[in-house]
Amino acid sequence: MRSPNRPATPPDAAILDNHRAEIRMLERRGILRGTLSLGSLAMLTGCDISDDTSIGKALRAMSSFNDFVQAKIFDPNHLAPEYPASMVLKPPRFNAYYEIEKIRPIDGPNWTLAVSGLVNDKQAWTREKIATLPQREMIIRHICVEGWDYIGQWSGVPLRTFLEAVGADLNAKYVSFQTADDYPSSIDMATALHPQTLLATKYAGETLADPFGYPLRLRTSTKLGFKNPKWITAIEVSNTYMPGYWEKLGFNWQSGI
Amino acid sequence: MTSPSVPAAPTLTPALGRKLHPWPVRIMHWTNAMAMIVLIGSGWGIYDDSVIFHFIYFPQWARIGSWAAESLLWHFAAMWVLAINGFVYLTYGVFTGRLRERMLPIRISDVIHTVQDTLRFKIAHEDLTVYNAVQKLLYIVVIFAGISQVITGIAVWKPIQFSGLAEVLGGFQGARLLHFLGMAVITGFLIVHVALSLLVPSTLWAMLAGGPRLKTPKLEAAE
Repeated sequence: MRSPNRPATPPDAAILDNHRAEIRMLERRGILRGTLSLGSLAMLTGCDISDDTSIGKALRAMSSFNDFVQAKIFDPNHLAPEYPASMVLKPPRFNAYYEIEKIRPIDGPNWTLAVSGLVNDKQAWTREKIATLPQREMIIRHICVEGWDYIGQWSGVPLRTFLEAVGADLNAKYVSFQTADDYPSSIDMATALHPQTLLATKYAGETLADPFGYPLRLRTSTKLGFKNPKWITAIEVSNTYMPGYWEKLGFNWQSGI
Repeated sequence: MTSPSVPAAPTLTPALGRKLHPWPVRIMHWTNAMAMIVLIGSGWGIYDDSVIFHFIYFPQWARIGSWAAESLLWHFAAMWVLAINGFVYLTYGVFTGRLRERMLPIRISDVIHTVQDTLRFKIAHEDLTVYNAVQKLLYIVVIFAGISQVITGIAVWKPIQFSGLAEVLGGFQGARLLHFLGMAVITGFLIVHVALSLLVPSTLWAMLAGGPRLKTPKLEAAE
């Protein structure tokens, strides 16, 4: 029986000849896509991992599995090694998703930190009010996902202290951050409560310089560098997962070290 | 250790007349090959973001993953395949006696002898069931390199959670360097291994179909 989708008058057969190369390409693509082979690795050429190919999905599923494994590996009582002050790199190494010339310094006196989500006290915080909380200093290794590292001396309020001060639900899953440079980020509660996770306000004993997150940034000893948002403007405690800037592009969320 | 006079072979070869490469070995070999290639190619993609040696840079065509995020996803997926497959392989090799049967004994004089023969283009490969001393040495080296990659890899992945291990390996950068050198050893092995298997294609076919049936240990010993 003749298909109703067929045109009444068939197209010129020359079309096939004229488009032979394209037709072959389509066929070849089909074969590649359908095969779990080294060739199909080449299908993953996009910039982000939001692709819907079966390989993209499988890789993201593995990344979620690795989040689960990392949460199991994480020891809340294990402290990162600390180093002598003589090893501290001054100034620290700058890194962001843009060049250092593009940073937008924050007006400290007018800056406030918003708090939202599963907390009792949602009042905004000023620098002065944050300075009244107990402080801690740590000299730890910063490890970048790219492979470089340096030793930095950070001081500020332990995030745990801050979360307790605002009456946060410490059984919530996530602590999420918004920043002045549109660099959202989120960490798991276990890491947030680790003694070496600070809301840092100082580096090497001095007030944070603009490129490194003045007036407030996160500094955790147990995660890769990109998990430490700078220029924080808002903190939210919640049970809703919010991927960070790099996670949306395919990097692993836990990124614990 | 058994003394040379006692024939230990019967306990090590419970199924005489079996194929040179039983099916579990073949499956694990090719699983390992795929995992290794993915790990090496994706590892090159990760490495390029912050090179250790400024004269070593891997071109895009040789990398797996179009950029670091993808390379990392591949690497941290394939690592499970390599580690689990490798663990099963070693357990199998120890409990069936295959590792000892295939790799031992290995004598330095034999290694020198084989190298000399090879340099004179006398590659004796008419009997696939007998590994020459260089073969044995290469397989032992690459097995240890694989184990080393898992250990240094754990230190690179979790230098804080396993800070004691990282410290033993020279810190995060030390572990990273060792991980890179382990890759270099395995890549070098891979090149030689593939080249020789292509040179003696019956070895390649044996790893696909199982190869010749093994002779009794007595005949092997008599040679």
